[in-house]
Parts: sequence; structure tokens; C-alpha cells
Amino acid sequence: MGDYTSSELVSIFAMQGFAGISLFSVLLLMALGLAIIFGQMGVINMAHGEFMAVGAYTTYFMSSLTETYFPSFMPYYFIFAIVVAFFVAGILGYLAEFVLIRHLYKRPLDTLLATWGLSLIMQQSFRTLFGAREVSPTLPDWLLGSYQPTETIDIPLNGMFVLALTAVVTLGVFYLLYKSSWGLRVRATTQNRVMSGAVGINTKKVDRYTFALGCGIAGIAGAAFTTIASTGPTTGTLYIVDTFMVVVFGGAASLIGTIVSAFSIAQAQSILEFFISGSMAKVYTLFALVLILMFKPEGLFASKVRR
Amino acid sequence: MNFVYEKMMGGKKGLTGFLILATLILVIFPLFLDIFRLNLVGKYLTYAFPAVSLVLLWGYGGILSLGQGVFFGLGGYGMAMFLKLEASSVENTKIQSTPGIPDFMDWNQLTSLPWFWEPFNSLTLTILAILILPAAFAYIIGAAMFKRRVGGVYFAIITQVIAVILTILIVGQQGYTGGINGITDLRTLNGWDITTDSAKYIFYFINVALLLGVILLSRLILTSKFGSLLLAIRDKEDRVRFSGYDVSNFKIFIFCFSALISSIGGAMFTLQVGFMSPSFVGIVPSIEMVIFAAVGGRMSLIGAVYGTLLINFGKTAFSESFPELWLFLMGGLFISVVMFFPNGLAGLWDDYGHYITDRFSKSKKTKEDSPEIVEKKSDESAA
Repeated sequence: MGDYTSSELVSIFAMQGFAGISLFSVLLLMALGLAIIFGQMGVINMAHGEFMAVGAYTTYFMSSLTETYFPSFMPYYFIFAIVVAFFVAGILGYLAEFVLIRHLYKRPLDTLLATWGLSLIMQQSFRTLFGAREVSPTLPDWLLGSYQPTETIDIPLNGMFVLALTAVVTLGVFYLLYKSSWGLRVRATTQNRVMSGAVGINTKKVDRYTFALGCGIAGIAGAAFTTIASTGPTTGTLYIVDTFMVVVFGGAASLIGTIVSAFSIAQAQSILEFFISGSMAKVYTLFALVLILMFKPEGLFASKVRR
Repeated sequence: MNFVYEKMMGGKKGLTGFLILATLILVIFPLFLDIFRLNLVGKYLTYAFPAVSLVLLWGYGGILSLGQGVFFGLGGYGMAMFLKLEASSVENTKIQSTPGIPDFMDWNQLTSLPWFWEPFNSLTLTILAILILPAAFAYIIGAAMFKRRVGGVYFAIITQVIAVILTILIVGQQGYTGGINGITDLRTLNGWDITTDSAKYIFYFINVALLLGVILLSRLILTSKFGSLLLAIRDKEDRVRFSGYDVSNFKIFIFCFSALISSIGGAMFTLQVGFMSPSFVGIVPSIEMVIFAAVGGRMSLIGAVYGTLLINFGKTAFSESFPELWLFLMGGLFISVVMFFPNGLAGLWDDYGHYITDRFSKSKKTKEDSPEIVEKKSDESAA
């Protein structure tokens, strides 16, 4: 670090910190969906990354559709693409729950294998439908460019947009889970399935919509992902391990924990990345996480509920 | 003798299954396959080591490790490092700027051998490293996790992360590990050319002998008191703990043993295939090893070998002609094994195999025997 002056260091930290915030946003969006599915339902969804890719490909598809048929609509399509990505991924998740997951709730380790199979099928479908090459949608003009508070600090607009989107989605999930009557039913089902059934909650329906919601949020993550990187058939697999680490590190059933851990993981990784190579930054981050989890296996914010 | 028969072979049923498998891989394959195909089968059989280890660990112990590729890789890299050092003698590497070190180190501007490569100059130390390092690594992971009662899903995720870390490390530290290409150009073992056909035959038979030995040893473990405890831990961990057993030590032992088996498989892989690369370490190979065990039957040591062979034959056949179809098929296989045949091929055999064996025995036996069978069946239905 010796070669940099202190003002340069501040700029580096600000810019790498902001790059970390983009990573944080995508990780958090992915992890929110997974925290709902894994934390609330106990299902290990290895296909979660592929649901994110579904969102990203939906955005790409919407972009090419708009570009060809309604060019004048280009500046606004992205907002619609996010909504469509949510529903496409959500509906696919609903179907996956109906066909596959609901038979496996009592065997959590087996959900891992079955959803891995699902992810293979989805990856090959992407390859067949969209080709093996990486694609990226044409972004509307207002997402390009950057904001320069000082001469050395340069903050891209797409990152700020993704951050805002993440904030909205996170608040929405909080509201749904902790304030709405639906969230009450979800939490009741998680804590005591039999009792919830006895007081008249349709637990199967709750499961299905919870899973669909988690996948839908992964779809939004995919739409956000397209603004910072291009999408290929194996994009999902690159993020799935990180996402699981975020959820486990934060404490499986805690949303606050998920936010804190997504933030610390993303920041650690992207600030380290400036000083050492990207791969070593990832190694150190993951290694530190494994070490911390060995001393604190229940994660940062353990839920106080006795199971 | 009786001890061997009952404990190692698992009685009459186990002995028959074991003998059929041994005949298949020891006699039938070498007789009917040319050396290229036999070498391929040998490569598949090295994957059977981690698959068998997962039967012990996952089927009987209920501990799903998604990091068996790590141990397979450690064993494979250990052997590869020894072979590479032998291949990079000073005469062979005269053209390099630093002769006597592996070529990829020279390309990455390393001027001396890193300290952790030094022990791999000796074959004895290499074999010790292959046997001890992965087990010691497994002990550290296992002790840290099982002593704190981390299990199930969390264990699976953390082992997976360890597989990711190791892969990134190998790929990223090109100068020390050979990077994404792995360690290649391995030719001789103590001066003996390992690329010849005769060497390939010898390695195939060593591999098969080791695999059959591992199966017998595993069966011995499973039929002992330890095996019963392992099953008890899988089904009701708390009750075993309340009965006064230190559950974590049993789990650590089986995890270390499984690491050792996988590592032997990895070392045999390097010897037969002639290279080692990070693509046999990461998440995908590790999960594939789980599916080998799952398809074969997670409760069957012998089934795991058949599962491994079947999937790899399928993979080779399909990915050559229909690469697109293969992933769909593989995905479908994962889902259907989990949903419809949780006990895999071995389970299918237990459920439906008697139709085949009955017909087989009927055609051989005279009619006098059949009333006995009917009687036995009616006994069963009465019970």
C-alpha cells in the first residue's frame, strides 16, 4: 500500500467500496431469496443460481424484443423487465416446488441432489435456447455513465440503480415476512408445521408460495445482474456457493444477518481485490468465512428459537 | 475363516455379490476389452473409491460430504507431484532458464523448488503423504465441525466451500500448482515408463486389487460394532449421545477413513491417466461422486462400483454423440434417483432381483423343490 498517497487511498477505498456495493446488491438479492427458501423452509436449492439466470435471460429477451419491435419504448423497458423477470422465475419456482420439492421436505440432503439435477437441466436449456455465448441486454441510456463527486472518485450509475432496487426489494421482503398476514403464516409454518396446520393454515399452499417468492426474488437478482455483467449458461453456478455462504454466515433464519453478511463478504472481497489478485481475494474471504463458521457454527445472528 | 466369511464378505449374499463384481472387473473386462478401453474402465474405477467412501460416510453415517473431490485431488496431486519431479530431472529440462524444476514453474519465473514440493522427491514420502495428508486434513475439518455439532446441511455446504477454495487456489497459483492445465507430461515412475501397455495392465490390476481390498475393509467396518453405532448415529444421534458415546469421534473417524479411500483413488487416477488437473477437485466432480454412490445405492458398497461404471459408460457414450442430451439425462437421473429410487440400483435389485434369481434357480432345480418355495412364500405372507 506504500505507493499510494492518503487521498488516493481514500479514493481507492471509495471506488472499490462502491464496486463492493454492486456485488453486495446482487449477493443480497440472491441471498434474500435463498434465505427465504433455505432459512424458512430448510430446502437446499442448488438451482437458485439458475433461477437468477432465468431472470437475467428474461431481461435479455425483453431487451431484444423491445429493440426490434418498439424501439421508442427502450428507455422504460428495464423496469418492466424486472417485473417480468420476477414473475417468470417465480412461476418456474412454483412449478418446481409442485413437481419436485414438495416430495422431499423430509429429506433435506436429497433436495440438494434433486435441485442440482434441476440446475443441470436448466443450464442445458439455456444453452439450447440462447446459445453458449454470454449475452447482455442493451441497457437504457439513463443507466449508463457515472457520477463524479470529486475528480478521482467515479461512481457508475448502474451500481446506484441496483443498490436502490435492492433496498426496495429488501424492504418489500421485510414487510411481507414480518408485517403481512401471509408472512405470519410463513413464520408459523416454519416454527411448527403440525400446529400451523391444526389452526387452519394451508401449509402446503404456504410452502408453494414461499418457494415461488424466493425464486422470483432470484429472478429480480438476475435482472439486476445484467447491469453489471454479462450472462452465460453457467452464470448461476458461479454465484451459488457465495450465496450459500452469505446465508449460512448470516445465520439461516435471520434477514438482518443476511444483509450484514452480504455486506461484509462483498466489501471484504472487493477491497482485497484491489491489492491482491481477484482469485486470492476470494480464497482469503472464503477461508475466513469457513474459519469463523467453525468457531460460530450458527452464524452471526442465530435465531433464538429452540428447534 | 468363519470370521472372514461373516464379517468381511457379509455372509452368503455379500460373498456372491462380491465374487460377481470381482469376476467382472478382474476377469471379464481384461479378457474382452482392448487396452485403451480397459484403461478407461480403470479410470472409472478410480472414481469408485470416492463413491465407496460416500456409501460409508453418507449412506451409513448420514454425513453428506460435497468435498470428496478435495481428497481425491489431494491424492492425485501428491502422486502427480512425485511423477512431475521425476520427469523434470536436470537432463530433461536443460532448455529451461532454471533446469531441474517442473516446466510450469519455469514459465512462471520461479527459480527454485518451493518447500512443499521437496518431500515429493522421495516415493516413500509421497506414498506416506497420499495416505496421511488427506486424512489429517479431514481430521482438522471433522474435529472443528463435529465437535461443535455442526452437521447435515451445514456440513455439506462447508465441505463444498472447501472444494471451491482449493480449486481457486490451484487455478490461481499457477507457478506452484500448474494452474488450470494441472500437472501434465508424466512419464516414468522410478525410471519405469508408465505410458506403455504393460504398465497400464499392471496399474489396472493394482487398482482393482486396491478397490476390492477397500470394499472388504469397509464391509469389515460396517459389520463391526462400529458399523451399528454409525447407523444408530445416523438415525438418532441424540440417543447415541445420551447412551454415553462421544458421537463426534465416530463421525471424525469415518470422515478420515473416507478421505483416505478417496485419496488412494486419486493417486491411482494419476498413475493410470497420466495427469491431474483442478477439474477433478471442484464442486462438479464432488457432486458427481455423490451421484455415483446414489445411483449405485447409497447403502451398498458394491452398488457404488456399478453406479460409477454405469454413469461413466453412459457419459462417455452420450457425450461423444449427443453432448446436449447428456446434461438433460444426467439431470433427470439425479431427480429420478432421489425421488423414485432412493436406494439406487442395489435397492432395485433387492426389490425385484428375486424374480430373476427365482427363475434362474427354478430352471436349474427339479420340480420337487418348487413346493418348498411356495411353502416359504406362504409362510412369509402369514408372518
